[in-house]
Amino acid sequence: MLLDLSIQTLAQKLRGKEISSADLIRESYAQIDRFDKKVNSVITLVDQEEVIEKAKNVRFTSPLSGIPFVMKDAYLTKGVRTTAASKILDDFIPPYSATVYRRLEEAGAILIGKLNMDAWGHGASTENTDYDPTKNPWDMTRSAGGSGGGPAAAIASRFCSFGIGEDTGGSIRNPAAWNNISAMKVTYGRVSRYGAIAYASSLDTMGPTAKLVEDCAYVLEVIAGHDPYDATSSSHPVSSYVKELRQSIRGKRLAFPTEFYGDALDGEIKEAIAKAREEFVSLGAIVEEVSLPLLEHGVSVYYILAPSETSSNLSRYDGIRYGNGRDLFTRETKRRIMTGTYALSSGYYDAYYKKAQKARSLFIDQYAKLLSRYDALLAPVTPIMPPKFGQLLDDPVKNMMADLYTVPVNIIGLPSLALPCGFGKDGLPIGMQLVGRMFSEGELFALGHAYQESTDWHRKQPVMLER
Amino acid sequence: MHTYEPVIGLEIHVELKTASKMFCGCPADHFGKKPNTQTCPVCLGLPGALPVPNKKAAEWTIMLGLALGGDIADVSKFDRKHYFYPDLPKGYQISQYDQPIARGGALKFKVQSSKFKSGYEKTVRIDRIHLEEDTGKLQHATVDGKKVTLVDFNRSGVPLVEIVTEPDLHNAEEAREFLKKLHQIVRYLVISDADMEKGSMRLEPNISLRKAGAKGLPPYKVEVKNINSFRFATLAINYEIARQRSILDDGKVPIQETRGWDEGKAATVTQRSKEEASDYRYFPEPDIPPMSFAKEQIRQLADQIGELPDEKVKRFEKEYGLEQRDIAILTETRELADYFEECVNIGKIPAQKLANWIINRKVDINAVLPARLVASILKAGEVIKVPTDLIATVLSENPKAVSDYKAGKEQALMFLMGQVKRQLPQGDSQQILEALKIALG
Repeated sequence: MLLDLSIQTLAQKLRGKEISSADLIRESYAQIDRFDKKVNSVITLVDQEEVIEKAKNVRFTSPLSGIPFVMKDAYLTKGVRTTAASKILDDFIPPYSATVYRRLEEAGAILIGKLNMDAWGHGASTENTDYDPTKNPWDMTRSAGGSGGGPAAAIASRFCSFGIGEDTGGSIRNPAAWNNISAMKVTYGRVSRYGAIAYASSLDTMGPTAKLVEDCAYVLEVIAGHDPYDATSSSHPVSSYVKELRQSIRGKRLAFPTEFYGDALDGEIKEAIAKAREEFVSLGAIVEEVSLPLLEHGVSVYYILAPSETSSNLSRYDGIRYGNGRDLFTRETKRRIMTGTYALSSGYYDAYYKKAQKARSLFIDQYAKLLSRYDALLAPVTPIMPPKFGQLLDDPVKNMMADLYTVPVNIIGLPSLALPCGFGKDGLPIGMQLVGRMFSEGELFALGHAYQESTDWHRKQPVMLER
Repeated sequence: MHTYEPVIGLEIHVELKTASKMFCGCPADHFGKKPNTQTCPVCLGLPGALPVPNKKAAEWTIMLGLALGGDIADVSKFDRKHYFYPDLPKGYQISQYDQPIARGGALKFKVQSSKFKSGYEKTVRIDRIHLEEDTGKLQHATVDGKKVTLVDFNRSGVPLVEIVTEPDLHNAEEAREFLKKLHQIVRYLVISDADMEKGSMRLEPNISLRKAGAKGLPPYKVEVKNINSFRFATLAINYEIARQRSILDDGKVPIQETRGWDEGKAATVTQRSKEEASDYRYFPEPDIPPMSFAKEQIRQLADQIGELPDEKVKRFEKEYGLEQRDIAILTETRELADYFEECVNIGKIPAQKLANWIINRKVDINAVLPARLVASILKAGEVIKVPTDLIATVLSENPKAVSDYKAGKEQALMFLMGQVKRQLPQGDSQQILEALKIALG
């Protein structure tokens, strides 16, 4: 099928008129029609006729022109309903578009749907959604991960070529790991946040997710860069990620932080990453064990900062302007609003928020020191395999611990590439992450691409598709 | 009965007249505009919208800080101040909490007083000056027979500077003079119209009383909102002083609260007591990186301030040797002072004479160009010259009227003026009268 192909191949075929964009779009809608009743990744599907019309008129100005994609439903798309998976915005049709969406539209990429997530980004399982949980295409009894479970499941199910996710504490990487796809959590400020519904403003990052690391590089090249509408977006120059992909990784230094491989980590994941480590060595990289003792405090820091900011960001949904009342917030969202409100209250601010900000500085220092000696660190994405439905929902602490390995990266603002690195005995996918220095996305892509050139985990598909 | 000393501090909000709003590109000039025609995702607080600070507004706040002798922060940041109200679309106001743009400084001004004949000079210390965004506006209206509240977001996000004084004021007159002086400086800086009727300058006095001779702050304070004129500020302060005095005289302590000025009742009324006071949950605005101001940038802004009222008064005194009273009037606004100086610079009329004309005739400086004014003064001067011959002729032709006048008949003077006017219809009656009186001895 066409949607198995890489963006680069699709772009070539489209230009050579071997295929048409409309063919691709039809394949997308056929896949969705066939599988999404079970997977439930889509909240709002864009009208097929409208999309095909767009596809017919597409001008090939970039490698993404004519290629179908999906977005986590956190991005404002002018004229297309945007809910953040919350009933509060059930009938919200945005009057403007997110910068990321605008850039993709300008590049000729074609949006086909707005996808499921934990409402407002609150969760690691897409169970905290008001539009029914997304199922993992690898095992329908399990979670697709979260918060961006929708786009990840859609890519694994070949509903589209790529997706746009959002990562505040692991929301793009965790679903990538559990769906056997790739995703780039970008450096904070690398991609504009304008028009993306805020979860926690100082942690939110907007990034690409796709079958291949290579595809992520193509997409990031289009969406990255300074935006005058986002004061926190960086004017650091954007590299040609596609060119950097093919750089040699020989002699690259990878850190293997031992704290990430402690008792909290599932045995199958530990084993898979040990193999990936060997693979990197055989590719010419140098891997050394290091210590990052702050790791265990990441979740504590994150679960002060993120709820504090979200309690503020969600204030605007006060029931006056969007028609639907605050009673529609999910239990998880209410929990985070209450935690955050408490942490910011006078008398508690110093003990919680301010202290967390201080801890944040310690994280920044510790990782900066380490990354001055290493090009990246190799770590698992999640401590657990994709959980059964209810396992995280029923246990808020377990839900938090699912973020153990992902949140430190957000606290610091570093980029991190998640990619497939194996399977458990039940056939469930396992992912790893490569965490780099600020704005080192190009180097991470090169590492990930080299790994995918010599392995084929990323080519494996859910059994569902083979039938 | 004790005697008390009022302890008064002021919080003043001034809307900046930048071209665009504080955090978006919408026009900041909102007065009288059709509701909700100057809005965008940012000032409506739509999902996903982000604030981008207006550089000009920060620079103008720095200029105000410098004009009041304050210290400009090396690093300043915005914070979120949370409360729920329908005119606040994000559920928080972007303001500044612990790192305002300017701290310190003082304002010196004259206070007229019945106790001291020539008045006295007063200095009030400035605590801080910070930058924030204005809210939308609520309008209570009846639509289709239903009582409703409408929201207009045109004002939402307009840059607002807040100036907070130390509690150095002791009576309403001092407060009034302080406000007038601050108003004058803000207008001199051309950063706001500071028009109180339009709400672009808003006042909130904090008032409490301590026993005369006591040191330190009283254990309570009352804040009064809703004041939109200097006169109401005076009335509200005096009302509060009297109200609090009678409570204290009863041996009680007034409760700490926010009161509003009720124009109809000419009284302050309770709005919110301490128990209901909000916890604003301030925290650093994560959508806006901290601002840092280089010494060089601050120096350049200082250069843009131009001459402030006190300096102008001194210079007018030295350069033109004008009467104190006239200088005060001419320097009241920068526009009038500039107008006066443009007239002087034409070089044909002495400064004091120009001052007299501009002040006594209440010249409309927006209607009459300086060159025109000078020309018409010169022309008027010629008119005075002509009558000496004319007047002599008229007097010799009308001996009866002359003798009547000398006999005490005032009407004869008017007759003579009529005769002069016939020959000189463009002549100024007042000047002709003067000339006649002189000629008649």
